[in-house]
Amino acid sequence: MAGSKTFVKFDWLLIFMFIALVTMGWINIYSASLSDTAKGFWDFDQIYGKQMIWIGLSVIIIIFVLAVESKFYERFASVIYIISLLTLLGLFVFGKTIAGSTSWYDFGGISIQPSEFAKATTALALAKYVSDIQTNMQDFKNQIGAFIILVLPAILIILQPDPGSALIYAAFVFPLYREGLHGVYLLFGLFAVMLFVSTLAFGAVWVAIGVALLAGLLFYRNRKKRPKILKYVFIVIGCIAFAFSVSYIFNNVFKQHHRDRFNIVLGKEVDSRGIGYNTNQSEIAISNGGWLGKGWTQGTQTKGNFVPEQHTDYIFSTVGEEWGFVGSMIVVLLFVGLILRIIFKAEKQKSQFGRVYGYSVAAILFFHFFVNIGMVSGIFPTVGIPLPFFSYGGSALWGFTILLFIFVKLDGSNYHYA
Amino acid sequence: MRKIVLIALVLLSGLLFTARLFYLQVYDASSDSLQQNSAIKVMYDYPQRGYMFDRNMKLLVSNQPSYDVMVVPKDVKPLDTLEFCGLLKITKEEFKEILRKAKVYSPRLPSVVLPQLNKADYASLSEKMHKYEGFYIQRRSLREYQVDHSANVMGYIAEVNNAIIEKNPYYQMGELIGTAGVEKEYEEVLRGVKGVKYIQKDRFNRDIGPYKEGIFDTLPERGHDVQLTIDAVLQKYGEELMVHKRGGVVAIEPATGEILALVTAPSYDPSLLVGRDRSKNFTKLWYDTIGKPLYDRVLMGEYPPGSPFKTLTALIGLHENVVDTLDTFACYHGYRYGNRTLGCHSHPSPLAMVSGIANSCNAYFCNVYKRIIDKYPNPREGIDHWREGLLSFGLGDFLGYDLPSGKRGNIPTSKYYNKIHDFPAHNWSSLATISNAIGQGEVLLTPIQMANFTAAIANRGYYYTPHVIKNVIGPDTIPNKFKEKHYTTVEPENFKPVVEGMFQVYQRGTASSIQIPGIEVCGKTGTAENFTKIDGKRVQLTDHSIFIAFAPKDNPKIAIAVFVENGYWGSRWAGRIAGLMIEKYLKGEITRTDMEKYVLEGSLEAEYAKPYSGQPFSINR
Repeated sequence: MAGSKTFVKFDWLLIFMFIALVTMGWINIYSASLSDTAKGFWDFDQIYGKQMIWIGLSVIIIIFVLAVESKFYERFASVIYIISLLTLLGLFVFGKTIAGSTSWYDFGGISIQPSEFAKATTALALAKYVSDIQTNMQDFKNQIGAFIILVLPAILIILQPDPGSALIYAAFVFPLYREGLHGVYLLFGLFAVMLFVSTLAFGAVWVAIGVALLAGLLFYRNRKKRPKILKYVFIVIGCIAFAFSVSYIFNNVFKQHHRDRFNIVLGKEVDSRGIGYNTNQSEIAISNGGWLGKGWTQGTQTKGNFVPEQHTDYIFSTVGEEWGFVGSMIVVLLFVGLILRIIFKAEKQKSQFGRVYGYSVAAILFFHFFVNIGMVSGIFPTVGIPLPFFSYGGSALWGFTILLFIFVKLDGSNYHYA
Repeated sequence: MRKIVLIALVLLSGLLFTARLFYLQVYDASSDSLQQNSAIKVMYDYPQRGYMFDRNMKLLVSNQPSYDVMVVPKDVKPLDTLEFCGLLKITKEEFKEILRKAKVYSPRLPSVVLPQLNKADYASLSEKMHKYEGFYIQRRSLREYQVDHSANVMGYIAEVNNAIIEKNPYYQMGELIGTAGVEKEYEEVLRGVKGVKYIQKDRFNRDIGPYKEGIFDTLPERGHDVQLTIDAVLQKYGEELMVHKRGGVVAIEPATGEILALVTAPSYDPSLLVGRDRSKNFTKLWYDTIGKPLYDRVLMGEYPPGSPFKTLTALIGLHENVVDTLDTFACYHGYRYGNRTLGCHSHPSPLAMVSGIANSCNAYFCNVYKRIIDKYPNPREGIDHWREGLLSFGLGDFLGYDLPSGKRGNIPTSKYYNKIHDFPAHNWSSLATISNAIGQGEVLLTPIQMANFTAAIANRGYYYTPHVIKNVIGPDTIPNKFKEKHYTTVEPENFKPVVEGMFQVYQRGTASSIQIPGIEVCGKTGTAENFTKIDGKRVQLTDHSIFIAFAPKDNPKIAIAVFVENGYWGSRWAGRIAGLMIEKYLKGEITRTDMEKYVLEGSLEAEYAKPYSGQPFSINR
């Protein structure tokens, strides 16, 4: 095995799963975007044709990412992160507004969405920060430091506004937890997200009432342990203050088109056909599939374009309708396998940088997978984020590709150093 | 622990999605059918409804195209209501109400907005239809009547109602179904089978081609044409004769049971119930509670049969061996029993059977009837034996003809009288029912039942169930039940004196003034007392004019019953009409033009107006 030391050893299983997902994604995008005007597979005016180009370009990106010396990513993590923040900031000046949110740069017809790349850059920066010898995740100051790294891009993205994409930054709580962050933060993060979403969905007053009731109930249940009433009151007041400030910012700082964007994400104002139209259509499409599906390009909901955004965020409904339960399960299992494989590999990293980064990749992919399929199958409210490797879109595909392949490179070099 | 949390969450979410997908895709299969799929439009291709012909293959009814504006409420987008209403020629309020009802019926299934556009309206509307999402025009086939008679026989088609849709999933809102007459009775023969097309739609409700290249689509099957037994010429003539009269005419071919004419009066032009004015016209007919044009008097009207019933009394008397043709009975201007008299008109006395029938002597038949009932140990058994004989003539129950309406009539049972007389607390005798002898009393017959027993007499002892279907063209069949002979309990030889009596009715009896030259007609007049209630009081009206006849005497070709409400004596209206019908059918032309003129020009409207006038009035003038 002498030769293997001189070569970077890539995890071909990860690469295979990546190729499988991207290929399946394209097959389904083809079906979802097929129209009368299409002129065969190689029609680059069509959405599926463009996705073909994006996939082709991602191969170039992969080669580039793998060719770069792995130490580069650790060394230049901060620089890359800052450049990434600048691109997000630049949107407020040069950005193009599509569907109410200013998330894109327009390069002669090709739109680039910097927030899709910011996930990878934030993961690098976080990995670098956490893996620093002086950083200890149990230390409050360091916790604040890590929090700032995450929250800066998240805030910039919320302001676009693209709350769905910003939500993904909550995923970073998992690598931090893995590195010693107290479990309370996990719960706290979850609670904050719930508060945030429910404030916008139901209004601050109801959330306040709900929080108060919940606290009262908890207090009553724990009364034998003599709980400190002040602590409860403090938490409740904190929660209510949070809810009202969210509500205040939402109603007074944001403009109407911003609010619309949020409301669409929250499923409050879906479209003229009434609340829940998207999810409803998507559920119908999935239900149509049955065991084996209606067959490729044979889905009736898909053909009729009943599911809005079916080639992007709702691509999984095409899988459900045309490939049935069996096809959907293959995709779900591929994602579960991919994420578990990344976690497994992350644990094996020699460097803490590699481990934190790998964990971040797994957590981000998991969040996307969980929120997206949960939304498409009608378990969660509508949050517009793409299904990694599957959904149409150059920026998203490239963002995820870079995210994954930096880890493939780090992992491969891991053996090299051994 | 720290290593496990994310792994556990990934596995848990995998399980959660597995469960969710299994539920949606495998367990909950409720939305699997094509009919339920919102991406598939189900289009029906309506077949041509079968035509109807008369017995000589004269076309009675065919089809014409018609266009319905339909709506699928869930697909309706905000629209320029004012402009659309202008195109449809309805008010905004009407439009809103129609939409509301459609939504209540089903947001996903089509409902009718406006039925039966004419071609001009269709042309102007179809151009702009694409602007109104959720609305479309459905082509349908509508009836086109070639004749202005036979409305009661042919019946009509109407939109199905919710009750029918629930019972029979074949039908969809807005579709047509036979609701009366032959249209109803032979609905499944006439309608054919509609074709189904599944069209893939996009979310803008645009058609984007057949679903799966149309492998689930079916072609419509044309309905079968039917040949009716009705003779269009005779039917039309009968309706003309019955203008300004109420009642009806039933003519049957005795050898087959085929109904040659089935006239109810007043009637209506069947074309009134086609097209956009249909509902207006229908409402008008429906609310005519005095003339009741939609009420088929020959099938539904239960009348006291009057004197024609005497032929049956005679036949049953002979069958029961309580009388022979030579027995004579005296008439004392009526039949005396106890201290009462059932009156009779003046005629020679005493009389035997043939003369009894010819002169329609009440006393004669009361005597015969009493002998029938009293042959048995008690009047209860007597009545039941008498009834059994009558039932064999198709009386007292539904005849089984192939039209969807009818009544049983009434041939009273012993139970019936027991109830009336509170037996056994109070006994009753044959005399309590003596009016039955002459077709008054409790006996009630529908005109078609009268025609049927006339046919049985013409056949000397049997009948075929009357029917209007002569042939279903294509399969070339009719139901077997119409090929079955029904024998009466009365022996064929016993018909001879009764037929002779009916022949003598024309020769020297009550119908001698209305003879038809060159045809040996057998008949029997009838004049039936009848009553109505005015302000809760029982008031007698002018007698019904009744006549039964068949001709020729030997090898009869036609048996007929005519009923003219309040027409006074039998030969006055009913007898004349029967004679004219027989002559028309057998000769094809009328020699008794005097009689024809009398009937065609005569009107009983003044008579019918009497009870509604609010004034005291006289009857039988």
